[in-house]
Amino acid sequence: MELLFQQLLNGLTLGSVYFLVGIGLTLVFGILHVPNFAHGSLYLIGGYVTLMIMKSAGVHYFIAILLSIIVVALLAVLMERLVFNPLRNAPPIHDKIAAIGLVLFFQAFVSLVWGNDYHRMITPFGDAVKIAGISTSPQRLLVIAVAVIVVVLLYLFLKKTMIGASIMAMAQNRDGAFLVGINTNIVAMMTFAISGVLAAIAASLASPINLVFPGMGHLVILKAFVVVIIGGMGSIPGAIIGGLILGISESLGATYLSNDYKDMIAFLLLILIMTARPKGLFAKEAY
Amino acid sequence: MGKLFNNRTGIMFILLLAIAFPLVFADNRYVLYIMTTCFIFIIAVYGMNLLAGFTGQLSLAHAGFFAIGAYSVGILTTRYELNFWLALLVAMVITCVAGLLLGVIALRTREHFFAIYTLIVGYLIYLLIDKWDSLTGGVRGLIGIPVPDAIGPIEFTSATSMYYLVLFFLVISIFIGVRIVHSLTGRTYIAIRNSEELAQTLGINTRTNKLVSFVVSIAYAGLAGGLYASLTRFIGPEIAGLEMVFNFLIYLIVGGLGTLTGPIVGTMIFVWLTQFLQSFQEYRMLIFGPILVMIVIFYPAGLAGAYFSLKIKFDEARKKRATKQEQKNSLESSKIQSREVS
Repeated sequence: MELLFQQLLNGLTLGSVYFLVGIGLTLVFGILHVPNFAHGSLYLIGGYVTLMIMKSAGVHYFIAILLSIIVVALLAVLMERLVFNPLRNAPPIHDKIAAIGLVLFFQAFVSLVWGNDYHRMITPFGDAVKIAGISTSPQRLLVIAVAVIVVVLLYLFLKKTMIGASIMAMAQNRDGAFLVGINTNIVAMMTFAISGVLAAIAASLASPINLVFPGMGHLVILKAFVVVIIGGMGSIPGAIIGGLILGISESLGATYLSNDYKDMIAFLLLILIMTARPKGLFAKEAY
Repeated sequence: MGKLFNNRTGIMFILLLAIAFPLVFADNRYVLYIMTTCFIFIIAVYGMNLLAGFTGQLSLAHAGFFAIGAYSVGILTTRYELNFWLALLVAMVITCVAGLLLGVIALRTREHFFAIYTLIVGYLIYLLIDKWDSLTGGVRGLIGIPVPDAIGPIEFTSATSMYYLVLFFLVISIFIGVRIVHSLTGRTYIAIRNSEELAQTLGINTRTNKLVSFVVSIAYAGLAGGLYASLTRFIGPEIAGLEMVFNFLIYLIVGGLGTLTGPIVGTMIFVWLTQFLQSFQEYRMLIFGPILVMIVIFYPAGLAGAYFSLKIKFDEARKKRATKQEQKNSLESSKIQSREVS
């Protein structure tokens, strides 16, 4: 029984990371209709920047995360300006290919600058605590807590602020938003910036648990796509539910089925879902 | 170059060059080997082009099927000691059946979803090969795949004979590809690429056509994989990896998506470039990645496409100049005439 609860908690941690990455992906897709394969690169860079700032400047974990958020958000905006904006009217096949070009570039960049080794990120929090018979680490609890806070803040931002409202308007209808005087360029940049912020937070939170290495973006982005498709592309609550479903099924699968095949669970889940519903579980019909 | 490929003598000339190539580099096994690998990749990229370039469906599972072809040949020849030719045939049947099964399901999804679905299926194939130790040898890979069995007196033990064997398959593959594109079926594919809804309105069965195009494209990948297994004699799970499919994609996009010469040009350039940058191997994507992005933004139809559009512009300019000249001539002659009359 304790094992089950422990695995559920681990699943919750994993799920929180997945939905943070997934929300960024789903925002960009829902608003700009770009399936950003390069989103995993933002995650990758986010992890490395946090780690390297901590190591070289010796600053506190949270300050490093903050700096990393700024760097990755700027990078995401740059990505939008230089690559996806020029391709706005191109056939859909093109922005996927461009995104793959970015993935290749960033991975090579990371291994050139920081090498191919696995790094361990050390947090200011202790190793293990035992709460009600379940042993866990403060870092895992932090992941869940921060994920919840971030989602609440994002919700408030989208619902209560003017910029949030214009982002939502553009998600509904780009031309309509343009007609009522919304600067679609700025909204596009904002959307990418938010997706970068979320990726940087997710990477910085997950790295102390998972290690930092050049290939870390790959699996995460593939799984984020699974999350987003489970949740119906473009839906934020969908991404949260999808992330939790995936995280928990993965962590339970690793314990009760086979640790070797745990990565396959996500992909088999996706294949099952897309076979049954080609547009995802909670997909809205209008896109 | 476009002109060469458009007329028969040009094709013959290039074919002769390809046939004469081993005579020039007879003692250089390395050059022959790289050229042979290059030809194998062209076959795979040609398949990808048929689907992505002409039917408009970007499938990222092709490295997976390349690997299925390679592993089928590898396992059948090493473990069951099957004759290579039989193994290649069985491998193609296996890849096609697997492709058909995937196609039936995957093609229900569209655009982005299709790309994501196939990307993940490709990755799943990689994971399966990597983890299924007892069948595939896992991370250690398959060792000791034999060279193709001799056909009568022709043996395939030398680099030169392997080169000619692959060249033979390449020529057939290109021939079939060109015939498909120039046929009514090819036009149908292009119609689907340009607008699926419109194609449907015209009475085209888009579903069957997409499926057939998908399976043919997979068959190319399977054939290439099978040849690759017996050329390298050793295969590992990384041939199903993301890196491989991204490589194919680069060859295709830089060469020219939806052109018949593109896959050849792109693959040749990049395979050789990679060889020259050997010491730079690990970081070559620092250059190739941005090249891919820039090509997609500035030359969406790749090098071949850029060449053709340049040629069209050039031809038009020449035609314009010619007509202007003609007008001028006729004007002058009429002036002369009028002068003579007066």
